[in-house]
This record gives sequence, structure tokens and C-alpha cells, in this order.
Amino acid sequence: MASISNNINLRSRFWSNRVYYLMLVPAIILIFIFCYIPMYGIIIAFQDYRIGNGILGSQWVGLKHFRILFGSATFYQIFRNTVLISLYKFIAINTIPLLLALMMNEVYHRKFKRVIQTVSYLPYFLSWVVVGGIVIEVLSPERGLVNSLIQLFGGKSIYFITQPEWFRAVLVASDAWKNAGWSSILYLATLSSIDPQLYDAAKIDGANRLQQVKHITLPALYSVVIILMILSLGQIMNAGYEQVLNLYSPLVYNVGDIFDTYIYRIGITGNNQQVPDYSLSTAVGLFKNVIGFFLVLSTNMISKKISDYGVW
Amino acid sequence: MSDMTKKSMGRYLKKMSLFDILNYGMLILFSVSIVLPFWGLFVKSISRPEDISVSFMLFPKKVTFDSYRMALMSRDIYIGYFNTIFRVLFTTILTLLVSVLTAYPLSRRNLPFRNGITLFILFTMFFTGGLIPSYMLIRWLSLIDNRWSLILPGLVYAFNIVIMRNYFMFSIERSLEESAEIDGANQFTILFRIIVPLSMPVIATIGLWTIVGNWNEWFYAMIYINSKQKEVLQLVLRKILLSYDATRVASYKNIAGVDENQFSPESLKFAFTYITILPVLCIYPFIQKYFAKGIMIGSLKG
Repeated sequence: MASISNNINLRSRFWSNRVYYLMLVPAIILIFIFCYIPMYGIIIAFQDYRIGNGILGSQWVGLKHFRILFGSATFYQIFRNTVLISLYKFIAINTIPLLLALMMNEVYHRKFKRVIQTVSYLPYFLSWVVVGGIVIEVLSPERGLVNSLIQLFGGKSIYFITQPEWFRAVLVASDAWKNAGWSSILYLATLSSIDPQLYDAAKIDGANRLQQVKHITLPALYSVVIILMILSLGQIMNAGYEQVLNLYSPLVYNVGDIFDTYIYRIGITGNNQQVPDYSLSTAVGLFKNVIGFFLVLSTNMISKKISDYGVW
Repeated sequence: MSDMTKKSMGRYLKKMSLFDILNYGMLILFSVSIVLPFWGLFVKSISRPEDISVSFMLFPKKVTFDSYRMALMSRDIYIGYFNTIFRVLFTTILTLLVSVLTAYPLSRRNLPFRNGITLFILFTMFFTGGLIPSYMLIRWLSLIDNRWSLILPGLVYAFNIVIMRNYFMFSIERSLEESAEIDGANQFTILFRIIVPLSMPVIATIGLWTIVGNWNEWFYAMIYINSKQKEVLQLVLRKILLSYDATRVASYKNIAGVDENQFSPESLKFAFTYITILPVLCIYPFIQKYFAKGIMIGSLKG
């Protein structure tokens, strides 16, 4: 009896909310098609997929592609590259914007501050196609700004983007150049919420500028810094393929090739003049996504535990 | 310099300590490091081929707009602008519409299955099928080389929906909706007559994110679009700038009637770059505050 009345109850609640469900229909259909059907497509990672045969007609090979993958030196190389590039960027993007925000917070000419901020945001609004073009030109061995400076001080010019020992530095520096200004916004907003009375009280107690920064400004930033650091650790499998694709060349594959660029090359263009291998590419993608999934989940959980703030 | 400004300059300088001077100096240096590359590119784009020299130039020896003329006479720029504007326009309008329609029901605390539907949407933020399965889907739907392949897949973006839902839940007074409900207004009327007008800050922010994101997107345009007629602007630029498509450049030379020794690939590349980024350069100083607002809204608890 109870279950019948629950059933009726649910049905009437459903009916009374029918307009709300109607509103949800477009999103549910779009998400089902464009997000969940590709998830079904992941099964080709366990097949020898042939375009002519389709998913249902292709041969099931189990973990074959994963065995090939884990047995190849390339896999460890792209894994290493991805993690290293992400970690270097992690260090840069968690220190430079913080420093910038602290410096801008000490500026008391409002116009000056606004101009510096606006200028520093500019590269963030441009695509990696444009920024890649700028980076290549700035680092060009003959005409580039950086090498002109090196030559001015008597050094020899370096073709940075083709040198394996320089390529990761190029990635980290250009990432910082593009994003540091913009990333300082959240810190600046936090700083502007500090009660000015705290500074007045500190001045009365005889604290100098650096002491004020140390005892008032930095503690206020502490939780934002920690949260942003934890959440960006969750993104370590994403080393920035749009940037790498616009800057790398076969000369630096050994240090610059990351998961996403490898997936793209073997799956779409075909690596080293081979035909595209859908199954292998999907297997690499699945490996990357599973690790990324657990990283995001766990970093988000940690962030929620210590600060009550998560992505969702 | 007039007496007044001298006096006030003097006052400022007296007030500035060593700390301030170092601080201001470093910030100026940082800004110069951002601006100088853009300036250098611009100088090259208006220089004659014989002047694009062996080292960095701060000023052009002689100004010429030949490269801009060449770029503007090619059809690719207009094709690129058309396709980009088409994409940005439809994506933005449809994204906002779908996001509003989705976020509103999910902001109702007592909607049955609300958590399940939210999870269904949120999960896509953390796990995806990946590049090849998505590509196969687009091919299976016969959307390869179709402009809609760049619009439809990204329309429902979980992050936008979460932010909008939070705004509906925490920043809008329930009493307004309740009085409308008592007046017998249906949910669509409430949403579009009451909620949407009150949510303009979050709608503007998400709209601008979508515009800039789609203006700059090139990766999916590169893999889903084959024909020249449907290339977006970033892709046109990428073919000139990074992969230097020689047959394309040769055709520009023909159209503009430029011969080999009057022509510099660098100058042409950077003229293309400036024509591409001009709209962004003009509007970003005015939209940045809405962008920033979104970050703050986004850091609301979910």
C-alpha cells in the first residue's frame, strides 16, 4: 500500500514539475549525444578498430593496446614530459601572479595601477595561435628581441624553440607571459577585501612596509593560495596542448611531446607518416582521462576538507 | 613642464621611498615586457622588406602598408571573419539560452531527481570520451566540414551551468518568484520576465567568456573543417603564421600584383596577425571587468 501511494505521490510531483523537466530536455539531449556517446566510443580502445567494420564489427583485442603502450619507451617519455611541464608551469603560475599582486597592492597611484593591470591582461585574451607567433618571433635567432639583447651583451644567439634543453623553459616562460597578469586577479580581489584598519593599527605599532606585508597581507592570502595550488595540481595531466601544438617541432618531440599532442598525432594526422591509429590513440586518451579524473576528484576533496571550497 | 606639475611631481617623489621606486620600476619593466613584443611585431608589419633586418627594430625605417594591402586583398581574411562571426554568434546565443533553461530548474531545491540530473551534467566536466571518440561521433553525424560541428558539441558547458545555477540560488530573492507564482505566471514567464533580467551580470560574464573562447578556438576547427570556404579566422592565421602555406601566399602575391623582391613573408605574417587581433585589442580593456566578475561569482560555494 505504502509503495503505491509513494508511486502516485512521485507521479503527481513529477507532473506538477513538468515545465521544469521540459526546460531540461535540450541540455539532456545535447549532453547525451556529445558527451555520453563518445564515452561509449571508448570501447574501441579494446578493439582493433577498422573504419569499414564499425564499432560493432571490429575485432575485440582486450588490453592489447595498453600492453603495447606500457611496453613502449615513447609512453614513458610523454608521461614524463607531461608531468614535468605541468609541474614547472605549476611553480611559475603559483608564484609570479602572487608576486605581481603583492607588488600592485603596494601601488597607491590608482591610474598607474589600472594601466599596469590592463596591459598585463592583454596576452590572456589572445589565442595560442597568435601568442605562438609572437613567441616564435621574439625568440627568432636573427630578428628576435631576446637574441638581439643577448647579442648586445656580447652573447651568441640561441635558436630556443628548436633546442631540447631550452624548449620546456620556452613553454613555461611563454605560459607565464600569457597568463600571469590575469591570474593575479583573484589575489588582488582578496587583498582588496582586507580591512584597512589593520594596516593603520600596524603603523601605529611601528611596523614598516615589509613587516605589514608579512603579518597582514600574506596571512590573508594564505587560504586562496592553498586552494588554487591544490586545484591546479588536479590538472597535471593537462600540460597545455594548444600551446605545445603551436610551438613544437619534431626536433623537440623528446622533451615537448605531451599526452594530448601524442593522442592528436597518432589519431588524426598519423605519427611518422603512419596511418592514423584510432584504437591506440583512444587507449592513450583513456589512460590520461582516468588518471585525470581521479586527480581532480581527490584534489577537490582535499580542498573541500580544508577550506570548504571545491569546484562543485 | 608647467610649474604645477613640477610641484606635484616633486611631492610624489619625496613621498616615494626606495621600496616604492623599486616596486614601480619592476612593474614598469614587466609591462614593457608585455608591450614590446607587440610593438616589435607592428613595426615589422609596416616595414619594407629590405628593412626587416638582422636585429630587432624599435622603429620602422620607412613606413609602408603594402602588407596590409596584400592581406586585405586576399579573400581569406573575409572568409575567416565571416566564419568566426557565424560561429561566435550562434554559439553565444544558443549557449546562453540552453544554460538559462538548464540552470533554472536545477536551482529549484525541491525538484525531484534534481541531484541525479545535476550529476549527469557535472560528470562531463571531469570525464570525457576523448579526442578520437568525439571525432568519430562528428563523422558519424556527418558533421565533418560543417560549420555546426564547431557550435553544437560545446553548447552545454557544465561549468557555465553550475555558475548560473549558483547565481539563481543565492543572488536572487525567492519572494519575487513566489509573488509571480501566486499571480499565476507560468515558469517560462517567471524565468524570462523576472529571473533573466535580474541575472544580467552572470549572463554578461558567461556571454563574454563564450565570445572570447570561440573567437580564439582553432583546434577543433582544424580537425573538423576541411574546406577553405569554412575556415575560421584563427585557422587562416595559423596557416600563414605558423605553417606558412606557400601556395596561399603565392596567390596573395598574384592578387595584389606584388613581385618577389617587394615582398617579405614576415611583414605579411604580422599584418595578418594585427588584422586578426584588432577587435580583441579594441574591446578587451572594456570587457575585462566582466570577466573578472565571473571569477568572483565562480568562487561562490556550489
